[in-house]
Amino acid sequence: MHEMGIASSVIDAVRHESELRNGVRVLKVGLRVGEFAAVDPESLRFCFEALIAGTDLQHLQLDVQFCHRRNHCQHCGEYFEAAEFPFICPQCDSIATESKGGDELEFAYMEIEET
Amino acid sequence: MNRIPMERKVLSENDRVAAELRAIYERNGTLCVNFISSPGSGKTALLERTLAGFEAGRRVAVLTGDIQTDNDARRLARYGFPVRQISTGGACHLDARMVQKGLEGWPLEDLEILFVENVGNLVCPTSYDLGEKSRVVLLSVTEGEDKPLKYPATFYRADLMVMNKLDLLPYVPFDAALAHEYARRVNPQIEILNVSCTTGEGFDEWYRWLEAQRVQTGAAG
Repeated sequence: MHEMGIASSVIDAVRHESELRNGVRVLKVGLRVGEFAAVDPESLRFCFEALIAGTDLQHLQLDVQFCHRRNHCQHCGEYFEAAEFPFICPQCDSIATESKGGDELEFAYMEIEET
Repeated sequence: MNRIPMERKVLSENDRVAAELRAIYERNGTLCVNFISSPGSGKTALLERTLAGFEAGRRVAVLTGDIQTDNDARRLARYGFPVRQISTGGACHLDARMVQKGLEGWPLEDLEILFVENVGNLVCPTSYDLGEKSRVVLLSVTEGEDKPLKYPATFYRADLMVMNKLDLLPYVPFDAALAHEYARRVNPQIEILNVSCTTGEGFDEWYRWLEAQRVQTGAAG
């Protein structure tokens, strides 16, 4: 599993962002993880907690926002969550749709302590 | 408490190195292909047969990744083209930095095609951009035809699915049409080739596909 490496990248990024802000304490970090990111959120959380335990970041919270596949209708322009194949536009019933998301593995936000 | 929006990818460091590699390949007109599959689907066999069919003067090289051993590199080196093994020492995938290190000292400006054989794993390599132009996923007929549905992320991000071990199709309960349908369900744009590395069936199409990819890199001839 590669979630340990990803958790480690998250923690490195938090440290980096903290340094850029004169060492401000980061309380929480939010991620967006897509259905097609090949990352298991539970495994990521387990690795994250194992890595911060006993360190100066042990109070850091992880918020994972799971993102479903989203499609865009080439007929009417609607964006919709694509759960079950075939992907049919809920607005106009067209099947001419293209994938427009669901492979995210990115930071969404950071919560830092008031100074 | 202050909430600050962040706009960056988690693997931005990997992506930065991958972008450097991509720029080098594009500058030199090198086609880089990243091969991903389960262990045993035939990545090394596909590369062996591919190398065997190239004329000796072709400027082609292979980086092959495994957790342990240099067995694949030794298999591939028999065809007279430069081959290097990347031993990940436990990691289940290649990342861009390993590829960058693996390429050290190679005259990349002379290279037409660089094949990168990833670690056999249908999950973890998916997240790591290696700077490749083309991503190829192999599915062999001795596996389940529903692998595209079980591992959608890998098929979703692949340019081409190579369905391998075609010569075994009469002996296994594998529904090839269904495998194609599942792959297209996950990724409507995916191209599909059926090959046998034992009989050579499908290799004319495979070489044509490679040349078409190479033309897209802007390489001459």
